[in-house]
Amino acid sequence: MSRLKQFVLPDLGEGLTEGEILRWMVAPGDTVALNQPIVEVETAKAAVEVPSPFAGLVTEIHHQAGETVDVGSPIITFDTDPAAGPLADVSVVAPHPEVGDMVPPPPPEHAVEPVSAAAGALIGEVGPGGRTATLVGYGPKSATATRRPRAGAGQAAAMTLGGTGGVTVLTKPPVRKLAKDLGVDLTTVTGTGPGGTVTRGDVEGAAVSSASAPDAPAYDPATREQRIPVKGVRRMTAAAMVGSAFTAPHVTEFLTLDMTPTMELRTKLQALPEFAGVKISPLLLVAKALLLAVKRNPDINATWDEAAQEIVVKQYVNLGIAAATPRGLIVPNIKDAERLSLPELAVALQELAATAREGRTSPADMARGTITITNVGTFGVDSGTPILNPGEAAILCFGAVRPMPWVVDGEIVVRQVTQLSLSFDHRLVDGQLGSQFLADIGRLLSDPATALAWS
Amino acid sequence: MSLGSPATTDLVTETTPVATSTSAGPELVQLLTPEGERVEHPDYPLSLSDDEYRAMYRDLVLVRRIDVEATALQRQGELGIWAALLGQEAAQVGSGRALRPQDFAFPTYREHGVAWCRGVDPLRLLGLFRGVSNGGWDPQEKRFNLYTIVIGSQTLHATGYAMGITMDGAVGDADTAEAAIAYFGDGASSQGDVNEAFVWASVYNAPIVFFCQNNQWGISTPTGHQTRIPLYQRARGFGFPGVRVDGNDVLASYAVTRKALDDARTGQGPTLVEAFTYRMGAHTTSDDPTRYRLASELEAWKLKDPLERMKAFLYKQQIVDGGFFEALDAESADLAARIRQGCLAMPDPDPLSLFDNVYAETTQVLRDEREEFAQYLAGFSGGQH
Repeated sequence: MSRLKQFVLPDLGEGLTEGEILRWMVAPGDTVALNQPIVEVETAKAAVEVPSPFAGLVTEIHHQAGETVDVGSPIITFDTDPAAGPLADVSVVAPHPEVGDMVPPPPPEHAVEPVSAAAGALIGEVGPGGRTATLVGYGPKSATATRRPRAGAGQAAAMTLGGTGGVTVLTKPPVRKLAKDLGVDLTTVTGTGPGGTVTRGDVEGAAVSSASAPDAPAYDPATREQRIPVKGVRRMTAAAMVGSAFTAPHVTEFLTLDMTPTMELRTKLQALPEFAGVKISPLLLVAKALLLAVKRNPDINATWDEAAQEIVVKQYVNLGIAAATPRGLIVPNIKDAERLSLPELAVALQELAATAREGRTSPADMARGTITITNVGTFGVDSGTPILNPGEAAILCFGAVRPMPWVVDGEIVVRQVTQLSLSFDHRLVDGQLGSQFLADIGRLLSDPATALAWS
Repeated sequence: MSLGSPATTDLVTETTPVATSTSAGPELVQLLTPEGERVEHPDYPLSLSDDEYRAMYRDLVLVRRIDVEATALQRQGELGIWAALLGQEAAQVGSGRALRPQDFAFPTYREHGVAWCRGVDPLRLLGLFRGVSNGGWDPQEKRFNLYTIVIGSQTLHATGYAMGITMDGAVGDADTAEAAIAYFGDGASSQGDVNEAFVWASVYNAPIVFFCQNNQWGISTPTGHQTRIPLYQRARGFGFPGVRVDGNDVLASYAVTRKALDDARTGQGPTLVEAFTYRMGAHTTSDDPTRYRLASELEAWKLKDPLERMKAFLYKQQIVDGGFFEALDAESADLAARIRQGCLAMPDPDPLSLFDNVYAETTQVLRDEREEFAQYLAGFSGGQH
């Protein structure tokens, strides 16, 4: 009877493929009880505490906090009978087989046929003693494989892998075919799927014999390079930006303007009782100007529906504000921003920023945006060529407001000057519309009284 | 339904108000306060024996233990998903115990406490959530329909069943007549199906109780986005009575449901019972409630815990001694161990069984497909790859 038991990361939601270890609540050497919380794991859906499936002594933790782990990978090993003396030639019992059985884990590329560890059971048969796991060799996950027994091999044929000759490569028929097609010798491929099975990705990797570096998270003094795993918000940002940049043909236009009247208005408004306790930032007034300009140029607030071959013009403005947060760049939006009064918009903006800073922005807050502002001015930068938030037709970049020489009535005077730039999706926004929209924003900011005429 | 345009929001603040997510308002029927004080209600007299009080508490404790163990099993990869009932034990045990053997219950996917009262082995529930069973029990035998995942559709099934009771002439005598009860939540109250069920039940005077556990959250949608009036008041518009009961009070949940069922059986037609309660945990194990609700709300509801008030009541009435709780703890631990063991030992179904119940009588096409699939599966069993 094996004492060492591994616990593999289960699918904590429905159809999740990975999770990030947030925090271990136990360490090697600790004694844990059944159902005692041992680790906190964050998935795409939730951060959850995972209770221990075993009672015993923690012998090893396989992944540290901060690591992203595939569902099905062992994360911790327990000695379930520490009173029985030292661990000598004790073999590890395979990770909980049910995970593979219950939830076909990962997406097709990484999917491996769920390997049943119900000992000696053919498909559909129950192994003796229910799901008693198959004994396997102790070692890294490539060796912790169990496999379906030979057809008709009868019962309880516990199978040991690794060490005893006869290389059998575990993989699915389609992957086998792929390997054949690509001329890859499966016996030379190291499987990374659950139980060491060879995945489609493994075969493809071997085929291009890519020089892809393995996990090397830290700084390497020899190369003077640091490799940082791409995950979480960074990965989503990268995917969204690449998607946007290579589907929507971007045009960017620039406008430099005298914002002095708006800056003066800001001081006046701040004194009004309606704005008590609310900060009127330049961004707020730019946001308001953009909303008024959308009203005059509704077609800018639209999306290109490739599937339906339609342009969807939206009668509501969910105003996205690009925010730098501890977790990375996110773009939460203010829903139905066009209906908000200036004080309401100010509050919404303030709350959005506070929520983002605290890292509490929910997926719903980031969904269904229709147009975005990126405020690079806060970093002291003048301008940029922003990339569209996917699914939107325009993004306004607001630069720093600086005292600059400006010509007024033929004289050079010092004025509060800023630059706006607007990127738009040229599939549905023509130069005329984009220019008008940007010019309207500029007019409102250089002469806020225009707002009275337009609202 | 309009979800939150500014205009609507203003109106909501003006007209709702009797109740927030933590305070139920004066119309709440309560027989046991959160402090465990027994109070009387003129419309719902209740006198139970000490044994009955003890049995109710036992149900609450065991049902919670099942739920906690199932949640742990999901986190350990043994269940695909679990919908926890934590916090709603009293509403379920109270209403479940009010059912007579001949009554028929139509659950959602969270009625583990009602299932317990109907004698469904908790392991049967786990089989469904483990993905090794599509049902798990005989609905006719248990008088408890299979879990319904689609939101609200069981209210129509229950209404149809109740109309059938009338057609069978099984309405009239309070002891022998039959009634149906449909469980659903505050989220489902916005579904078309539920409202259609209300209409049919009302105009056919069907012997049915609509038992709505208002646990304040439809996943992440607060009740304020589902309704502008207390939910029980909706019944009036459909032409039958509604009542709001403290869903964390097992005694009131029992008394109110019993009266509603008696009314149904004796031909008085449907009743909407709104059990005002709170989902203490996540919607399901795939959900993270800390993303959308405040800890302060949870803390407020902890003080209304359905088990604690019953425990305080038993103590104060000197109905039990310390030995009772110790024995119950032991029973509870045994139950948890039994369902854990049973869950781990559950066999996977034969993959070919998926062809079994497609039609009452199988067809040639199906037989061919079954054969083809069997050959495909056999391809995995060969030793050489």
